[in-house]
Order: sequence, then C-alpha cells, then structure tokens
Amino acid sequence: MTTVAATATLRAVVVPRRTAPVPFRRLVGVELRKMFDTRSSFWLLASIGIVALAAVPMVIAFQPTGDITYAMFVNTIGYPWSLMIPMVGLLSVTGEWSQRGGLTTFAFVPRRGRVIGAKAACAAGVVLAAMALCFALSAAGNVAAAAVAGIDPVWDVSAAEHLFLTLFQAIGMAAAFTLAVVLRSSPAALVGYFVFALVVPTLSSMLAGAQEWYGDVAPWVDLTHGQLSLFAGTMTGEQWAQLGTTAVLWLVVPLVLGMRRLLRVEIR
Amino acid sequence: MITITSLTKRYGRLAAVDDVSFTASPGRVTGFLGPNGAGKSTTLRILAGLATATSGSATVLGHRYADLPNPGLEIGVLLDASAQHGGRTGRETLVLAQRTMGLPAARVDESLELVGLTRAESRRRVRDYSLGMRQRLGIATALLGDPRVLVLDEPANGLDPAGIRWMRDLLRGFADDGGTVLLSSHLLAEVEMIADDIVMIGSGRVVAQGPTTDLLAGARTLVRADDVVALGAALAGAGHHVTPSGDAVLTDAGPGTAGRLAFGAGLAVTELRTADGAGLEDMFLELTAATAREAVGSAPIPTGASA
Ligand SMILES: Nc1ncnc2c1ncn2[C@@H]1O[C@H](COP(=O)(O)OP(=O)(O)OP(=O)(O)O)[C@@H](O)[C@H]1O
Ligand SMILES: [Mg+2]
Repeated sequence: MTTVAATATLRAVVVPRRTAPVPFRRLVGVELRKMFDTRSSFWLLASIGIVALAAVPMVIAFQPTGDITYAMFVNTIGYPWSLMIPMVGLLSVTGEWSQRGGLTTFAFVPRRGRVIGAKAACAAGVVLAAMALCFALSAAGNVAAAAVAGIDPVWDVSAAEHLFLTLFQAIGMAAAFTLAVVLRSSPAALVGYFVFALVVPTLSSMLAGAQEWYGDVAPWVDLTHGQLSLFAGTMTGEQWAQLGTTAVLWLVVPLVLGMRRLLRVEIR
Repeated sequence: MITITSLTKRYGRLAAVDDVSFTASPGRVTGFLGPNGAGKSTTLRILAGLATATSGSATVLGHRYADLPNPGLEIGVLLDASAQHGGRTGRETLVLAQRTMGLPAARVDESLELVGLTRAESRRRVRDYSLGMRQRLGIATALLGDPRVLVLDEPANGLDPAGIRWMRDLLRGFADDGGTVLLSSHLLAEVEMIADDIVMIGSGRVVAQGPTTDLLAGARTLVRADDVVALGAALAGAGHHVTPSGDAVLTDAGPGTAGRLAFGAGLAVTELRTADGAGLEDMFLELTAATAREAVGSAPIPTGASA
C-alpha cells in the first residue's frame, strides 16, 4: 500500500465521515411512525376508532329523530376523544423513559430538543387529523340520520366553532404533552392527565360555587375553565385573555422548565 | 478512535468515575474491565452523550458525541440490550433506526442476517425475546449504520457459546478492518482472548491499562503435583513466588524452570502449563481489591505503554 493510500485509510478511520445532520422532517416521519407501531398504540388507535364509530349509531338511536343535529355528532365523538387523543402524544414522550427506548433514540439523535420537537409536531398533526376526521364522520352521520328521518340535515356549528373545538382538543394535547415532558413516566403522566381532564374542572367549579373569591379568580387560574368556554362556542375578549394567561401558567412555564430538565437528565 | 480525558462523574458524594483517561485506538479491540459498580457503564453512557460528565471529556473521532451530525453512521453503541420498546417487533426497531439514519431499507435485512435473527423471529415483539436475542438485536442496531467505532457494554451477556464465538470473530474482523472496538465484559477469559488493549478500573479509577500482552507478561505458570506442599516448598526455596490454587500452585517461574525444580525435588508433575485466563483473573482480583482497600493514595499501578 502506498503512503498516500495508507494515510487516506487512516484518516477514514480516525475522523468522522462528512455526514449531513439528520433532517427534522425525517425525525418527524420516524416519530410519527413510532406513535403507531407498538402493540399498545394499536389498541389505543383501535379504541379511538371504535368510540367514533359507536358514537354515530348511538346518536341516531337515542335522540328523537327530528332533533338530530350536526353538533350532537361532533360532541359525542369529540368528548371521549378529548380524553383519548392526547394519550397518543403523552405516550410518545413518556415511552422513551418508561419503555427505555430513549437509550436508542437519544443515542441516534443526541440533540434531544429536536426529538421532542418532532414529537410535538406529530402531536399537533394528530390533533388536526383527528378533528378533520371527527368533523367528516359527524357530517356523514348527520346526512345519514336526516335521510333516514326524511328531514333536511341541521348544520348548527359555525366555522368559528369548528376552530374553537379544534383549539379545545389542542389544549388537551398540550396539557398531556407538558405533563409527559415534566414527569417522563407513563403511569404518572396518564394519572396527571386524567386529573387535569376529569377532576380539575369539577373541583374548580365546586370551589367556585362555595367560595366567592375563588369564583372570581378561577377563570384566570384554571386552564380547564378557558378550555370549556371554547367548548361552549362563544369567546369574549376577556375570555381569550383568561385562556392566554392560564395557558402561560400551566403550559408554557412547566413546558420550559420540564424541557430544561429533560435536555440534561441522564438516560439510563 | 475514542479518547477519554480526565473524566469524572459524581453522584452527590459518590465519584462513580474518577479522573479516568484512556484511548481506544483504531484497528484494536480495547477491553474495559472492572468489578460491579466500578463505573464502566457510567463512562460509556457519558461517551454516548446520554449522561453529562462532572468534568473531563470523552470524544469519538475527535468530536464530542453530541456534535456528530449523524452519530449512528460513525459509532455503533449498545449499552443495554433490554432497553428496547417491548411492544415493537425486532424488525420495526431496526426500521426506525434505518430511517433515522437515512439508510436504504435493505440494510435492515442485511443486519438481521448478520446477527443471525431469522425473518420469523424479527417479526415477533421484542418483549417476547430471550436475552440473547435482544443482545443480537442490539448489535444489529449498532452495526446498522456501518460505523467505524463500536462501543458495547457486556455484549456477550446472554449469548450462547456459538454466539460468543460469533461475537469474538465479528469484533476481531471489525478491528482488523481498521475499526475501533471498546467493550466492557466480565468474561475475563473472553477478554484475554480478544482484547489487544485492556483498561481496568476499580471504584471509578483506572488501576491498570496497556496492551494485553504487556499486562500479562508476568503471567504465571500453573503446576500440579501429587504432593503439592513439597512442590510449593521447592519453588519457594528457589526464590519464586508461589500461590496455592486448589490442588495446584501458581508461580511466577516459567514452565521450564518450574518443571526442572519439581524434577530436582523428585516430584512427579501431573500438569504444567502457563496459567492463561487465571493470569488476567488474578490480576483483576488483586488490582481491584487494592482500590477497594485504599480508596485514596497511590498504590503501585502497573501502567503499560499507552496506546
Ligand atoms: N443515576 C445514578 N445515581 C446514583 N448513583 C449512580 C447512578 N448511576 C450509577 N451510579 C453509581 O455509580 C457507580 C458505577 O455504576 P456503573 O453502572 O457505571 O458500574 P459498572 O462498572 O457498569 O458495573 P456493572 O459491572 O455491575 O455493570 C455505582 O456505584 C452506581 O451505584
Ligand atoms: Mg454496567
């Protein structure tokens, strides 16, 4: 072997190849695939589908035929989904720790912020896709029910309300994602999310009923309060301000602190 | 090429890794040894950017791991074969790695074949894998990007005898092609057979390092005789160091000298050979026991030529 060739070989061995960084789009593709390629994600997806498909005949069966409207379908699908869809994003983050896949994930992509960013992009995509599906299924159910009843279908959800409902779901996803980043454990974050979605709204309204001072501040400190006003379909300027304040308090601040910790924490 | 420089990692008051420096060179297999809790895994975790050092540095091919743009193409890492999502199939685990690195899809089948996992096995969930199968899957993941550096934490763990032989050949071939291999292991005979260089740590500190042949230059001879006491006396009488080992003795005399001394004492030797394996094992136990007794201080540390 000539000296030049030998030097070239040695260099090939002791310096990195000229590789391009892993592009963010590729990471998003991989993370999206990871959301749906495990056995638990299969069952989660299956139950999300079953809930939606069960909702349509349930509305048709239990509502008086003449009363059926589009909004009934949207709510009957959307409410259970608001508990289920965020679990997709939540498990995508906590799984790296609870299932210890992070040891491989973060060895391939040491810049952890990019991995979490890709997961967040997927979570946002999942919310948008889910809502599009929810509206499509509802529309189909509404048309079918009206045809059966021999009436004109009633479309009682405005364009703005479609956006509100999507934002409602997005806030649920953001809360679940934040809990996942902060807790990094599937059982802890799941419990946390159900407390947020089921216990907090009830407790908050009970407390607001019992204590007048809390009734006044609740909209400014309780994120679920603002979330529910989105569900109600009307938003005043003050309500937007309240929603923004609580989102900073319960989503932005914990997410920033949680990410700072996540970027440093030892993966084992 | 892996360079660890004055690496220290503290967990509260415990120094899990304490001022460790060594190099793993291209074309060589470097064995990383030490008792349980010595700090091997911690060192390798820092090297792979999964933990941060308290001080010091660890570099791969001259760069911090986290600064490598696509690390899987430079360095294959297997730190814990059990750390895989149990709900994915083995094949899916590899597909994710292949996509992350931007490799052609055919690499997945190639590396499955390389580690001896069948197609049927690769379609089963990792949760249902045996330890050895997980180990093979982990090695397949590490080799997927065709890296020039391999870092393996106890890769022989759980492998069957054929698997251990296969692993030895694989690592040998990898190093002979100019690759760098750093592996930790508790199988000393295995390490002695494959490692060109050895780094031994105890309680977070390097207690010995250098080429395997240099470190074991003082490898002893094992002599067995019917009257082992008389044999020991004969060797000791000639000024040699003698350690009883069951119904035999280990001595620092060469096999020729030991045989002649036994013959001179009228003893029938029933076994006479260099104590391979035992040499590394004795050295290991001696050196690591010393660090346990003297947490601080400078015990005589045999240090071979640094690679
Ligand atoms: N996250 C942690 N927090 C506290 N102590 C830790 C942590 N990780 C490791 N240690 C301690 O650091 C020391 C070194 O552990 P390490 O896992 O590196 O040992 P090892 O050499 O790999 O041992 P083994 O041969 O058993 O795998 C041990 O005392 C361990 O208890
Ligand atoms: Mg270990």
